[in-house]
Amino acid sequence: MSKALNSSAPTDSEVVFGILNNSENILKRVYVAYFPMVLQLIINNNGTADDAKDVYQEAIIVLYNKVKSGNFELSSKLKTFLYSVCRKLWLKRLSQMSRYGGDVKDFQDHLPVEDEADLHSERDIQFTKMEGALKQLGEPCKTIIEDFYIHDLSMQEICERFGYTNADNAKTQKYKCLQRLKKLFFQQEQRDQ
Amino acid sequence: MSDLQLTELIERYLAGDLSNEEKERFEALRKENAAVDSRITEHARFTGLIKQYGERVELEKRLNAIHQEIDVDTLVQELTVHPTLIVRLWRNHHSKISVAASIAVFAILSTLYFTGRFNKTTASNYTALSRKIESVRRTAENAQRTNQALLNSLKPGHRVTNPGTTGGSGFALTQSGYIVTAFHVVNNADSLYVQNALGESYHAKLIYTEPTRDIAIIKIDDKEFTGLDKLPYNFKRTKLDVGEEVITLGFPRDDPYYAKGYISSATGLEGDTAAYQVSLPVYAGISGGPLLDTKGNVIGIISGKQTRTESAAFAVKSSYIFKAAQNVSTDSTQNVIALKPNKAAKSALAGLSRTQQIKKLESYVFMVKVYN
Repeated sequence: MSKALNSSAPTDSEVVFGILNNSENILKRVYVAYFPMVLQLIINNNGTADDAKDVYQEAIIVLYNKVKSGNFELSSKLKTFLYSVCRKLWLKRLSQMSRYGGDVKDFQDHLPVEDEADLHSERDIQFTKMEGALKQLGEPCKTIIEDFYIHDLSMQEICERFGYTNADNAKTQKYKCLQRLKKLFFQQEQRDQ
Repeated sequence: MSDLQLTELIERYLAGDLSNEEKERFEALRKENAAVDSRITEHARFTGLIKQYGERVELEKRLNAIHQEIDVDTLVQELTVHPTLIVRLWRNHHSKISVAASIAVFAILSTLYFTGRFNKTTASNYTALSRKIESVRRTAENAQRTNQALLNSLKPGHRVTNPGTTGGSGFALTQSGYIVTAFHVVNNADSLYVQNALGESYHAKLIYTEPTRDIAIIKIDDKEFTGLDKLPYNFKRTKLDVGEEVITLGFPRDDPYYAKGYISSATGLEGDTAAYQVSLPVYAGISGGPLLDTKGNVIGIISGKQTRTESAAFAVKSSYIFKAAQNVSTDSTQNVIALKPNKAAKSALAGLSRTQQIKKLESYVFMVKVYN
């Protein structure tokens, strides 16, 4: 089965262009193609299938962001890159869980990938904070912020969805929500420091 | 201008929604007021983070959707490396196993050390049958021997000697006075004497030893010694079968001792193919004595017994006597031992009654006395 999946793997340059063009198909094909490899690594090194999913998705996101930011160079095979990132991330998790026995049992070649994994985790911290702040924000603020800043809805559309009588009321509401979100976000930052 | 209005302006400015006139005014304000400028940067950064966060959530949703389509359970089954039971046990318990193993090794080594296993190989269940004659016994026997010496003083070739420090048995290989015995009997000997059943004692010298097979050949070099009559027994080159009856004659004490038994195994201690195991009642001092079959052929040399079992003795096979004799002949020009194989002629002992056989044999079996 894994062989069949590998044979349908897209070429490395296909993947890069696919990600740049937001191709859902390519993302799916690359995901399916290399997941077994990572699953094998994790489950044979004290991990579960869920651990494999988390680690693999993180690695795919690293790849995705790298391609999107335009500084992804195909210096090695994409497969090796993904494996190396996953390996690095898993080693880190193992040492955090103190389940780390010294070395992992490898199934593929791998490269040193210090930078990617570290950069990724820093951004991850920011996102975790944002997630926490949004959760604490509550409704309807959360939806207003998400609609306006994430889904790029206009104030007019937001007005209609929430039944505000005029745009000014909506604007005031959105302003208050943003102020609160900032407060919550930076509060978390202070708490962490 | 309220903070709300400023925020709205910033947002419109960042989105590029301001008219040219508004834009000019706002950029002028930004230039002269540093606080406004930093507000703009901060707002852009924060809203950017919200946007990126949204994108991330979106991407994760997409990936999760893809993940749902993969049959993970089947893959897990396929990709799990199943190490063998031993490997798994080792992985899970290797520290415990290591500790246990080192304790075991230590225990074994110390046990072996304290039981003296390192000093003497196979000493634990093997006893060489050479005779240790303690000083107490020696003095007692000395008195008796002096009497005997007086009685026998008229006989030629007889010497008055003390019985020696250790002793064993041996038997004649040739008429000229070559005698084969066990190596451990004559080991470390300063001086050797052989004594026959009549009590006649002759000086002998060591000719050849083979410690691994426990064989030694000595030769009587005494002026009084005039040679032996024709040997009544032959030497058998081939192996005997298990169960065949055997006899031995030796000197655990001053008089010859006879014992009858059978071959109980074709190999000796711990599977030693050079030896037989023989079921025979044996005593210290019989080492080096001949082992004969019922037809009067020499088939081995008594060498030792098993400590824990009664009447389990070991005998070196006669084929090694042939080898030893051959080695002596090739090593030296003076010493030539030609053994008479059993095929040459019928042994003079064949067909005789047991008591007659023993009587004949007596003259060719010697007590080997060792002084050191």
